[in-house]
Amino acid sequence: MKRRFLAYPYFIWMIIFIVVPLILVLFYSLTISTENGFVFTLDNFKTFLQPIYLKVLWRSLSLAGISTLICLILGYPTALILASRQMSKKSFLMFLFVLPMWMNFLLRTYAWLTLLEKNGFINTILSFFGIEPIQLLYNDGAVILGMVYNFLPFMVLPIYSVLKKINHSVIEAAEDLGANQYIVFRKVIFPLSLPGVFSGISMVFMPAVTTFVISRLLGGGQYMLIGNLIERQFTSVYDWHFGSAVSIIMMIIILISMGVMSKYDNQQEGGGLW
Amino acid sequence: MISKGGNAVAEHIIELVDISKTYDSTTEVLKTINLYIRKNEFLTLLGPSGCGKTTTLRIIGGFEQPTTGKVLFEGKDITSLPPYKRRVNTVFQKYALFSHLNVEENIAFGLKIKKVDKDTIKEKVRSALKLVNLEGYEKRSVDSLSGGQQQRIAIARALVNEPDVLLLDEPLGALDLKLRQDMQVELKRMQKQLGITFIYVTHDQEEALTMSDTIVVMKDGIIQQIGTPEDIYNEPKNAFVADFIGESNILSGIMKQDFLVEFCNHKFDCVDKGFEINEPVDVVIRPEDIEIFSNDSGKLEGIVESITFKGVHYEMIIKTDSFSFMAHNTNMYPQNSKVTIDVAPENIHIMKKAVN
Repeated sequence: MKRRFLAYPYFIWMIIFIVVPLILVLFYSLTISTENGFVFTLDNFKTFLQPIYLKVLWRSLSLAGISTLICLILGYPTALILASRQMSKKSFLMFLFVLPMWMNFLLRTYAWLTLLEKNGFINTILSFFGIEPIQLLYNDGAVILGMVYNFLPFMVLPIYSVLKKINHSVIEAAEDLGANQYIVFRKVIFPLSLPGVFSGISMVFMPAVTTFVISRLLGGGQYMLIGNLIERQFTSVYDWHFGSAVSIIMMIIILISMGVMSKYDNQQEGGGLW
Repeated sequence: MISKGGNAVAEHIIELVDISKTYDSTTEVLKTINLYIRKNEFLTLLGPSGCGKTTTLRIIGGFEQPTTGKVLFEGKDITSLPPYKRRVNTVFQKYALFSHLNVEENIAFGLKIKKVDKDTIKEKVRSALKLVNLEGYEKRSVDSLSGGQQQRIAIARALVNEPDVLLLDEPLGALDLKLRQDMQVELKRMQKQLGITFIYVTHDQEEALTMSDTIVVMKDGIIQQIGTPEDIYNEPKNAFVADFIGESNILSGIMKQDFLVEFCNHKFDCVDKGFEINEPVDVVIRPEDIEIFSNDSGKLEGIVESITFKGVHYEMIIKTDSFSFMAHNTNMYPQNSKVTIDVAPENIHIMKKAVN
């Protein structure tokens, strides 16, 4: 407690760059600018209730949901294999898995452009077999692909770290009590890994639901997710008030889903990435 | 061991035949273990860490495959049977309870897999909890229990399946002394009450002596001696066993003839024979068998070098010209005082020199 002053620099940083902007966003969302200056109102939130915006919200949530599900389906078995005791080349596999994460997020996503383009890598290969070029870019599929590709490690790592902590003697105890491999997994390994699953789900779902880069690059200029909607309010429409309101709504949605998650994840474990 | 109505094979519930275990093709953990375990006996595998006792237990439980040899269960080869198909249950060293399940669900785990109906499960869990003196703990979470309580749950979880054999891997190792002694008595009571064969692994010789019908002393993957606690304590086969089971004075001696041994430059009568004349031997004397005299009626002269009070007795180091003896006596002889010591013939144990 004596060394509390060591935390002051970060404390100041936090106030200037997190707390103050948050208050500003909240302020903007609750006001509109008129000739007489700012006026408090809830109009910005009412605007959001129009079907066109709700549709954007729905699309964001469902795409993020689908991506999270795919990440879980792909990620859980991967984590299971990584955590298994027989894996001797574990560190190398782990290295391969983490390697893309060292590259810039934007670059990684751009790379998919050249692969999926009309004259891109995949369509070129298909043309050798006499198959007409397929429209791979600028649709839901491409956006989901981008999300899964970018966020998969965030699903694997927390599950892996929880699985690795499971004491092997618990598995032996289950076998001893008559459980074959399938029952051991269903009744012991999977329930014990749930904290990792929950934290994996939130670590994939949160960035997926708010992304605007993936949807911009792989979904195309007209593609609209909630992230793009917010970005546009600030960069091209210049309606900071509406943009702030959507941001607040987004934050509330995230807070609620975090709350639901932490209710299941009462052991508060498995968050640590490294 | 042939009893009325049964032949020798049926009496042996488990038999280990020429079992050996090698890790990474170099580390030899077990070297040709041959052992049979009788029905309803309390057998203890005893030895220092790394002697292979836990590996032996894990081979019986099916968690490890022997490199060579066979495991027989009631005469049938079960060497390649996976753990979940064996009629044995294990109590693990660190309890290995399922932390995502409560006490009742932990104990019911095995029964549920066997598809026992719900009412029977409830009844069996209740009586298992009664057996381990934890009635009414059904709905507790296992993390809220103390070490001793968790241990009992682990025992209940294994016993509720009514195994033919219960394997226990140093189950009391993590408990404090008082609790450990209570649990020793309780385990023995349960074993008698249920009539189940217990195979118990420990490095604690006192624990082994207290509970066992049969003790198997192991060292470096080799069985040193098999016998009743009395046999092992009173007639240790070699210096290692003597030293490991209780404290001992181990001296080098020379067998002069049958019933006569020389050590510390004195000749002593003994009850052993069959050695060659002038054969070098190990002489083992228990500390409590050393008689101390303040006059010179003993054979060896010595000086009391140190005294430690141990509760029931005093532990004294008595230094003679050639050896420092450890002696236990209820009488205290003052430090630096001159004493003489002697040993009765039946308390001198002669052993063949250990081949190193």
